[in-house]
Amino acid sequence: MDIHIEVKEKTLLVRLTGEIDLAVADTLRKSLEQELDSNHLIINLIINLTGVTYIDSSGLGVILGRYRRVSKYGGRVFIVGACAQVRKVLDLSGLLNIMKECPSEASALDLAV
Amino acid sequence: MESVNRIKIEFSSLPANVSFARVAAGAFATQLDFTLNDIEELKVAVSEAVTNSIIHGYQNDPGKTIELSAEIRCETLVLAVEDRGIGIDDIEKALQPAYSTDPERMGLGFAFMQSFSDSLDVQSLPGKGTRVIMTKACRKEATPRQGH
Repeated sequence: MDIHIEVKEKTLLVRLTGEIDLAVADTLRKSLEQELDSNHLIINLIINLTGVTYIDSSGLGVILGRYRRVSKYGGRVFIVGACAQVRKVLDLSGLLNIMKECPSEASALDLAV
Repeated sequence: MESVNRIKIEFSSLPANVSFARVAAGAFATQLDFTLNDIEELKVAVSEAVTNSIIHGYQNDPGKTIELSAEIRCETLVLAVEDRGIGIDDIEKALQPAYSTDPERMGLGFAFMQSFSDSLDVQSLPGKGTRVIMTKACRKEATPRQGH
């Protein structure tokens, strides 16, 4: 798994590639927590899953944990680019009921103001 | 006589082996005429079972052993993931969606196993270990007969 992180004003834009399971969940969790800890202006999170070929409940747990963190302060989480298989898992987990799915990073950034 | 094919793999209870287990199970499953979608779902189910063994069964102890076995019988795949960890006190409670002892986890492991297989059987004894058995039948689409 590769993690690419950018800060766009009050939004953390996270681009992920590869497979997200137990083996990488801790690394992903620590990377996101480090960014959120170091910049208290960040309130929203955009997670671009275009390059993700596999995710299971270990990865979903990381996303849910960050959703809980940002939503405490009125922030939102946006999901972009999930392929069919990844989307199915997201949908089954119920995460798509609490997070906004967007067709592109640009549209997510428009909403994350 | 009915032909049966089976495999059995033992591996260390390391997070890096979650992907190994799902890829191995997925590769074995391709011997049946499953769709790619079926294979992807089976891989998630196996990953969840192995993850449970590592996190819950062995409490993240990397020095333990997990066994993955798979069998093809009558166009049905039978997958079993077994550990000799702490076991599950209350299987009924553990099977409830969103039940988790860890706030960073979703408690959806068994829910995914149930959703992505035809049947799920969880056998566990506290202090002895847990065996999860999943089955999935290969349902071939009916092929129209060619006229002569």
